[in-house]
Amino acid sequence: MAVFLATTAYPLQAKDLPTFNLSVKDGKFAPEKVEIPAGQKFKLVVKNEGSGTEEFESSDLNREKLITPGASVVIFIGPLKAGTYGFYGEFHPQTARGQIIAK
Amino acid sequence: MLATAIIVFREVLEAALIIGIVLAATRGVVKRGAWVSAGAVAGLAGAGLVALFADVISTAVAGAGQEVFNASILFFAVIMLGWHNVWMGRHGRELAQQMNAMGQAVKEGERPMHMLAVVVGIAVLREGSEVVLFLYGIATAQQDQGGHMLAGGVFGLMSGAAVGLMMYLGLLRISSKYLFRVTSWLITLLAAGMAAQAAGFLVQADLLPAIVPTVWNTSAILSQNSIPGRLLQTLIGYTDHPTGTQLLFYVVTLVSIAWLMRAFGGAPTRKTACVA
Repeated sequence: MAVFLATTAYPLQAKDLPTFNLSVKDGKFAPEKVEIPAGQKFKLVVKNEGSGTEEFESSDLNREKLITPGASVVIFIGPLKAGTYGFYGEFHPQTARGQIIAK
Repeated sequence: MLATAIIVFREVLEAALIIGIVLAATRGVVKRGAWVSAGAVAGLAGAGLVALFADVISTAVAGAGQEVFNASILFFAVIMLGWHNVWMGRHGRELAQQMNAMGQAVKEGERPMHMLAVVVGIAVLREGSEVVLFLYGIATAQQDQGGHMLAGGVFGLMSGAAVGLMMYLGLLRISSKYLFRVTSWLITLLAAGMAAQAAGFLVQADLLPAIVPTVWNTSAILSQNSIPGRLLQTLIGYTDHPTGTQLLFYVVTLVSIAWLMRAFGGAPTRKTACVA
């Protein structure tokens, strides 16, 4: 079922979304604050420049995705109401912390 | 070391709870230990493979591979849990009524233990692959000394297993008259929660619309990120701010399994009662 959805629904809307880039390296996100427009769906591209796998996790955004070293992942988010949404690296929860600020 | 332990504990928790419930639900079933162990071992092997091929999975399906993979195995687990419940609905009460016979099907090992073993395997695979990637990450980065890391990992694993054991022992305190009913409901809720989680992955990958971005937000009262929130998330599928799609999948799964249990579960019991 999931594969069916993947092949049919995927090309619909992925293209024209605004994209925001983020990198994570050894337990730190850069930048740690990402400003995005409220009320609009967007793509967050997270690149892992570190040597270990990281998991992008946000309970505020209901998102979790593993990022292996050297890889970039795309995470679809929103549309969000104006506000601040925290995210963190599950594998470095103390140091890898960041915020998405929807304005 | 403590940080490692906490991260491993959080990952292990879900699998441990599921194993606890499965063991309680199969009390008295011949060879259930072997089935559950086989599921766990297969899950561990799978976890190693998933960790090894994490890159391949991630880049598959135009970058939505992780989500599609997670959603697919979760939906598969949902079907196994639902199927098991319907089967138990057909035979369970019959078994409870004929204590002396203790159920031919159970004795002959007909009971679909393989379905529950698959569910255990999937739970171990999902959480285990993250633990492997996490521990491998620290091992290569050498942020923590190997011994400390290992101790933290083992401590986290043991703590998670202890919670699973408490779940199991707690359920066993329920009188056997009600145990089947309670575990059936637990399994149904578990399945509904998994379906909602699977839907969440598909929304994340933009393969499904969210319908309503946030149906409610109770993160201030009980965060799903806290340990109690995490426990409830596994057990009943608690989400502190679900999307409409997640809620829809939750409700449809819950109602479907309950309906199937009623529709296909009742008849043989009555027949047996008449014969008896």
